[in-house]
Amino acid sequence: MKRAQLITGLVLVAAVVVTAVVAVFWTPFDPLRVVAGQRLLAPGWPHVLGTDGFGIDIASRLMVGARTILLVGIISVGVAAVVGVPLGMLAGQAGGWVDEVVMRVSDVVYAFPALLLAMLLAAIYGGSTVTAMVAIGVASIPAFARVARAGALQVMASDFVLAAKSSGTSRWGVARRHVLPNIAPLIGVQASVGFAMAILAEAALSYLGLATPRPNPTWGNMLRDAQNFLFVAPLQALWPGLAIALAVLGFNLLGDGLRDYLDPRLREVP
Amino acid sequence: MSLLEVRDLRVSFGRRRVEAVRGVDFDLDDGQRLGLIGESGSGKTVTALAVMGLLPENATVTGSVRLRGSEIIGAPEAALAQLRGDAVSLVFQEPMTALDPTMRVGRQVAEVLRLHQGEESGPARERVISMLAEVGLDDPARIADAYPHQLSGGQRQRAILAMALINSPDLVVCDEPTTALDVTVQALVLQKLDEVLTVSGAACLFISHDLAVVSQVCDKVMVMLDGQVVETGTVAELFTNPQHPYTRGLVATARLDQTRPGQRLPTVEDFYAPDTSVGERP
Repeated sequence: MKRAQLITGLVLVAAVVVTAVVAVFWTPFDPLRVVAGQRLLAPGWPHVLGTDGFGIDIASRLMVGARTILLVGIISVGVAAVVGVPLGMLAGQAGGWVDEVVMRVSDVVYAFPALLLAMLLAAIYGGSTVTAMVAIGVASIPAFARVARAGALQVMASDFVLAAKSSGTSRWGVARRHVLPNIAPLIGVQASVGFAMAILAEAALSYLGLATPRPNPTWGNMLRDAQNFLFVAPLQALWPGLAIALAVLGFNLLGDGLRDYLDPRLREVP
Repeated sequence: MSLLEVRDLRVSFGRRRVEAVRGVDFDLDDGQRLGLIGESGSGKTVTALAVMGLLPENATVTGSVRLRGSEIIGAPEAALAQLRGDAVSLVFQEPMTALDPTMRVGRQVAEVLRLHQGEESGPARERVISMLAEVGLDDPARIADAYPHQLSGGQRQRAILAMALINSPDLVVCDEPTTALDVTVQALVLQKLDEVLTVSGAACLFISHDLAVVSQVCDKVMVMLDGQVVETGTVAELFTNPQHPYTRGLVATARLDQTRPGQRLPTVEDFYAPDTSVGERP
């Protein structure tokens, strides 16, 4: 059962990744070229999922959307992990006032809605993929900091850290050689869950027009375009919606599956 | 000058200043082996950690601990890091948790060499394997490449022993190194410890609650009770002529062969009744 979860997650995530990679080199039709005579075609051949209000192939746009979403996920999760994990480890290892300052600041960031931050950035710099990545990345830092801090506290209390100190390992050495390898699984799980959140946030932001601007396709702005034809061509809204749902589900299942797989207390007895 | 000089060592914890160690004095010369014996909570481990400067930050330490003439208490972390692993090393009580589960055993043993001699893993590996063989591990090459969870308790404890001894420290602090092992493995580990200490000529501070174990390794014994040293003497003196009632109790419980069949086994309480009144101890 647990294994099925992990495998389902892996399959869905792999599907998104493969689609995105293929889209870099090839899409069935040009995802930007407007063809006036082919508006709102129903699914069929050669347009497998039909065409949108501009006569553009929906399947091609979905594929390019996968590319965007993956890019946003990787960059924003990367930013959050690269900033959040060292901060959390610092807080957990140093303790005292350093811990207080880092964690209280992180609480403030946590309390600040990502959407508001994105709107702020979009108002200043204009909505783009980069502002979305920055907004989602910054908003995800506290989650990584908390996970890293909790893990670091646990590792620091262990005998092998005392043993490392007793052979003369410095604080920095303990962090790099002992704390980081031991909390890596926790970070991996958080990254997977964070990825799902990033996808959802990116879809919401581009639906609102705060992220990747048109005509570049993302699942969020495809959903927004489909809204205009909801009663004429309802399937148009289904495809990007389904893509978002499956991708988010995939990363969440992967995260949960990894957590269960890595936590020996939850491991099923064979 | 002795290798280790401890003067009026006092350690207290927390805001309420509960004293765990209340004025301990002792000296340890080069190559000497001193046993530190006492029940749980008597301050043995706290004394050992204070000697290495490894007490947690909420501990208040006063007095003086001098290792090779340099003061440990209040010394900066960087200075302590240089001493640890080089002049003094620690053997842990719990073999199951004292090795990092994410690191191969050989690399963990080599870590001390890397830190203090700047040795790269290539040449260090040779020394690690010969050290693992020296502490009595069969197939040391395989053990060096194994992760801790692939080894048994006895194997791990000997790997920890190798880790503490590979950089030839002047002083090895052993904190109940055999408590978690069963009796046969315990005997083997103690024998190896004795051999390796004899070869390297290192001094040893051996902590235990078991007088029988201490007498196998040490020549001198110090008995601790409630954070104070109540008696010091050679193993022979302590066995033949214990002074303090608590020591008499310990000796009686260690000499089970002198109890006649059918007779109730002696307990420490027969000789020494701890003050059970709540509140500040005298």
